[in-house]
Amino acid sequence: MKALITTRAADACAEDACAKHTMTLAAAALFALVAATTALAQTAQTPRTTDVLIHGARVFTMTSKGTLDNADVIIRNGKVAAVGANLTAPAGATTIEANGRALTPGIFGGLTTLGLEEVQAEATTRDANLVDTMPLHEMQFRPEFDPTSTFNPRSVAVPVARVAGITWTVLRPSGGTILTGQGSAVTLDGRFDAALDGSRSLFVRLGGDSVNISGGSRASQFMLLDQAVRETRNPAANTVNPLLHQAGRDALKRYLAGGRVVFEADRAVDIRQVLAFAQANGMKPVIAGGAEAWVVAEDLARAKVPVLLDPLVNLPANFDKIAARADNAALLNAAGVKVAFLLEEDPTQRARRIRQVAGNAAAHGLPRDVALAAITSTPAEIFGLAVTRGHIAAGQSADLVLWSGDPLEVTTLAEQVWIAGRAIGLTSRQTELRDRYLERIRTQQAR
Amino acid sequence: MRPWTTPADPYPSTYKPPLSPPTLIKGATVLTGIGTKLDNADVLVVDGHISAVGTGLQAPSGARVIDAKGRWVTPGLIDIHSHLGVYPSPGMNGTSDGNEATAPVTANVWAEHSVHPQDPGFTTALAGGITTLQILPGSANLIGGRSVVLKNVYSVTTQGMKFPGAPYGLKMACGENPKRVYGGKNQTPQTDMANMAGYRAQWLEATEYLRDYQAYEQKRQAGDKDAKPPKRDLRLDTLSGVLKGDILVQMHCYRAEEMAAVIDMSKEFGYHVAAFHHGVEAYKIANLLADNGICGALWADWWGFKMEAFDAIEENIAFVDAAKNGCAIVHSDSEEGIQRLNQEAAKAMTSGRRVGLNIAPEHAIQWVTSNPAKAMGILDKTGTLEVGKMGDVVVWNGTPFSVYALADQVLIDGALVYDRANPPPKPRIDFLLGLPSGVTP
Repeated sequence: MKALITTRAADACAEDACAKHTMTLAAAALFALVAATTALAQTAQTPRTTDVLIHGARVFTMTSKGTLDNADVIIRNGKVAAVGANLTAPAGATTIEANGRALTPGIFGGLTTLGLEEVQAEATTRDANLVDTMPLHEMQFRPEFDPTSTFNPRSVAVPVARVAGITWTVLRPSGGTILTGQGSAVTLDGRFDAALDGSRSLFVRLGGDSVNISGGSRASQFMLLDQAVRETRNPAANTVNPLLHQAGRDALKRYLAGGRVVFEADRAVDIRQVLAFAQANGMKPVIAGGAEAWVVAEDLARAKVPVLLDPLVNLPANFDKIAARADNAALLNAAGVKVAFLLEEDPTQRARRIRQVAGNAAAHGLPRDVALAAITSTPAEIFGLAVTRGHIAAGQSADLVLWSGDPLEVTTLAEQVWIAGRAIGLTSRQTELRDRYLERIRTQQAR
Repeated sequence: MRPWTTPADPYPSTYKPPLSPPTLIKGATVLTGIGTKLDNADVLVVDGHISAVGTGLQAPSGARVIDAKGRWVTPGLIDIHSHLGVYPSPGMNGTSDGNEATAPVTANVWAEHSVHPQDPGFTTALAGGITTLQILPGSANLIGGRSVVLKNVYSVTTQGMKFPGAPYGLKMACGENPKRVYGGKNQTPQTDMANMAGYRAQWLEATEYLRDYQAYEQKRQAGDKDAKPPKRDLRLDTLSGVLKGDILVQMHCYRAEEMAAVIDMSKEFGYHVAAFHHGVEAYKIANLLADNGICGALWADWWGFKMEAFDAIEENIAFVDAAKNGCAIVHSDSEEGIQRLNQEAAKAMTSGRRVGLNIAPEHAIQWVTSNPAKAMGILDKTGTLEVGKMGDVVVWNGTPFSVYALADQVLIDGALVYDRANPPPKPRIDFLLGLPSGVTP
């Protein structure tokens, strides 16, 4: 029998808020299971999953099948088992009535330090930043630095993002040199071993305030990168004040053999130089930031280099962003450049805004399906995860979000989130605080 | 009594609304800013002021008629917390003019003397429907200085943007920022208790300054030709202006306990706090704020960037709004956020609805129109579409409570200052001239 599940998490739905959302016994049982499995995840046990039939959804497959109305999705063993019309629920499966609501892949949180940082202003809570600001002759690049190993799935910021439909992110190292280290994609379902295979990338910062940590000139940035490449290729050539340790050379070597390197660059001329540098050195580049990427859209398209950008960047915040504009994403897409989104302001704590920035890109000319792809399938493709994430198709990890409305709209809420087939309890420290004070608000006693 | 401490408005507004034809906006969904929504309604602006709101209004001869069928109309949006101009784009050392972080009390400085009118952020904010904004000094100091209220009009001088007749504000700051800036150098304040001691010492001095002046004034009026006025002091001019009620306190505070202490302090010295800004924990004391007639100027979802921002909830604005006589304001504190105050209000409205608070768009629009106008002392002039108010109006392409919402037309004092379909051929901001094309709102 199909259960009518509440469209709200039970905890979020005290008293009259729930009037319209009857919770059936079956749904209550499911919720109890969700709560139990969430508790398990918090102790990093292998979570139990239950088979699920999501019935009658508007399914944004992010595949060539496009968007399917009144479609069903079966989740089995943590994966999407089938997508189509009139599917039959597996024995013992829970059925969720979608009633035509939107179902999308789990949302990409952008490049963040989720699980690597609790409070920005408190240095003891930050792990993404390797501090090393030496003068040139003493400078050491540590590309072997990879904070992924310290990713804390129990960070307070993780559930805050997760309840808003963010199911995965790419960890971005930062540091005192321009070669900031490596980072991987992680799943946000609470497991300790969260890194997603094949997603590890090297990060390089160029231009902007990073000029100050590379000898004071942007010209020195490619000079230093070139030195690092030479040391990696020929360690014997530079034994006095080398930029790299053996571990660093080993790390960089992988990227000289076609590895993915995320170059954070905004200025058009820097982006052009990245393309040349990456090609000369066998790297597979990704541009992050790219405020002026639209200026060199044809070069990017020709080189098949994708861009991760923040569509809200439309002001000349510095002299690298003079040509920033709100339709950057639309222009790049029209030129055939693959576009995904990130957040420049508060990317970690406010990762949930990524849907909003995608919606704003759509408001400024990017087709809505491309805008949704820019926070689902496109970043999965960029980070080598297209086989498991970013789409709703058989064989994909069942990372899914059921929405109250248009997935890009600011008035839309995530009503159920699954990661690896497991329904996530929609609670965070913020919802706990809310619920503690809600009664005082109702009774006018908040003093 | 004439406010002797701010003699004769020494940096007066030179803004004069341009002459513009009457404008009739026809057939829109109108959010009035006084809590009502009118369907298929017209708004008539004549001589720079709202002349009529209703149905079937007739266009005066020579009127500009805007067919707004299927579109929404609101009062011009107001951002009570902006640093546009004092931290202009691009963010360069040479124009970083928002924080006089050389002493914890700089009540003597005035933000208007730091505003760079050629900040491209003013034009992108205009495209987001912002018609009025308060520019504040930063939060490095316990008392940062005077704010200035601007109309979002183009001018080569700051005086040419000043909102005629708007009262000044005084920026004050609680909590971590002053402690970090000064405590880090082993100067006071290093602790919350020193923050409070720092303010109180200032109010004591201001009280004395005011008393000395009043004594002088009494003597003078009694015909004492030898009476000498106290020596003028820019810092105490401003602080005593607060005690007299001429200058409105706009106070950056995050934590509930800090706000409660500041409210007691305001009673200790006899002044009023107009609004707590940022107020991440305002929801914990929503009724205390409402009972004291203090607005909460808040973000929809900022949190976690420092410890005092750790207890944020997405329902903060909705909870402050839900208190009896509550006054919630959506503010930006950001050149990015000011472009989308409507979306921030939409998020806050949605969060409130999620927990059963019944918030309609016609109510929530007040968070970015009439409520900030009230806390800035200009509600008698703008912030609603009531007859006689300034003709500050936005025509949106649909509901403003949407991620797809864009302002189609913006009127300030009846003048069409933004028309999305007809952008100016060259950027209005000098900085952008001769540079490769950028900045599309």
